Amino acid sequence: MSNTDIIIHDEKDNVGVVVIEKITPNQDCNCWIMENDKSAKIQSKSEIPLGHKIAMLDLKEGDTILKYGHDIGKVVKNIKRGEHVHVHNVKTKKW
Amino acid sequence: MVNMEIPKSFLGFKRENGRTGTRNHVIILPVDDISNACAEAVANNIKGTIALPHSYGRLQFGADLELHFRTMIGTGKNPNVAAVIVIGIEPKWTKRIVDAIAKTGKPVEGFSIEGVGDIDTIAKVSKKAQEFSMWASEKQRVECPISDLWISVKCGESDTTSGLASNPTVGNLMDKLEPLGVHLCFGETSELTGAENVCAKRGKTPEAKEKFMKTWNAYNDFILKEATDDLSESQPTAGNIAGGLTTIEEKAFGNFQKIGSRQFIDVLEPAEEPTKGKGLYFMDTSSAAAECVTLQAAGGFNIHLFPTGQGNIIGNPIEPVIKLTANPLTAKTMGEHIDVDVSKILSRQMNLDQAGDELIKSTIRVANGRLTCAEALGHKEFVMTKLYRSA
Repeated sequence: MSNTDIIIHDEKDNVGVVVIEKITPNQDCNCWIMENDKSAKIQSKSEIPLGHKIAMLDLKEGDTILKYGHDIGKVVKNIKRGEHVHVHNVKTKKW
Repeated sequence: MVNMEIPKSFLGFKRENGRTGTRNHVIILPVDDISNACAEAVANNIKGTIALPHSYGRLQFGADLELHFRTMIGTGKNPNVAAVIVIGIEPKWTKRIVDAIAKTGKPVEGFSIEGVGDIDTIAKVSKKAQEFSMWASEKQRVECPISDLWISVKCGESDTTSGLASNPTVGNLMDKLEPLGVHLCFGETSELTGAENVCAKRGKTPEAKEKFMKTWNAYNDFILKEATDDLSESQPTAGNIAGGLTTIEEKAFGNFQKIGSRQFIDVLEPAEEPTKGKGLYFMDTSSAAAECVTLQAAGGFNIHLFPTGQGNIIGNPIEPVIKLTANPLTAKTMGEHIDVDVSKILSRQMNLDQAGDELIKSTIRVANGRLTCAEALGHKEFVMTKLYRSA
């Protein structure tokens, strides 16, 4: 089995989590969807460190980020598939 | 994939009231801070007993005093405890605790220090403690149904590996064991902030949902009242953000993975014993590890699962605490604290189902008597939750 670079919790999620030391731009990554034990592939656009998120889809301002199959915040700046998702482009809906 | 066959039984200590213990402790329980010295002297004299010193029990009042009593009484009633000695400065509060524990049918005796002094009290109590210790030492483990397990959970020193793997492993165990009739308990009111609405929906009845929101709102009101600045500055923390957590919702949903796809049947006050039968309960607790586990043990839970990321080292004097981690570095650098290593999930050499099975196996082994890492290392954190300052 090929190494896993990214873990996706739930089939509905639009972000995955990097589980190797870091991902470099234009890297072909192997993703594992934990919920159904399936695989997926994605090419990265940014450098993304361990534990940080990658966009699995193109996301527009106002879209909802789904992780664990749940709403974890809103997109505040357009994000392309393969880009780093973090505090610079996603905010809480709480405050 | 074919799942492991889940054991139907474990070896436990049957108690007078029908509950089952995974341990057979004789405890020396001080009612208040100033009785700690006496309790510790007795436990030092008599082998096979443990003292549970703590910092409070004087001039408390109202709900805070009730919680103190509930924690004391619940700790004595816990089925992991064979017999109890209660020592307080005054007879009245001591008697209240003794009488409540006595309802379980287990041996319990109370002593008060006022008018006697430490030395004569220690002599008197030591004689009774010796009797209890030798009596308890003859108790044998017997085969008990797996439904006699009351499992509490709480995570700590969480990082991204917690939400990714170790918390979902606990969730997998819950999904497999709940149908077999075990009692389950999760807490951490504060750390569910951001997932509170989704968590409320997991209430099995409208009453449970409503009770959860009431509990969470009370917590939130307290935070808003005491907070000195916008909570978004501290949740998630700078360390959480560096580790990849973006929002408070994300942090909360990572925590929430511990209950798998289960629904909770009731919401418990801190240290309250569940009374609605088998299934999952939410207990209103602090997210501080030792406080939370102390309250869950006082609620009657007899074995604890503790997923950690960066390596929390907590233990409890009466409830064995099993630690698991999915962080390969923590498993390596803090191996003596980790009972179950599920870091292979991250490299996909193990899936959640397999990790859940591994955790079930370890839980049964510990229930049967295998020492946890925290027990072997002598971790006995017994920490009372205080609701407000004493009079």
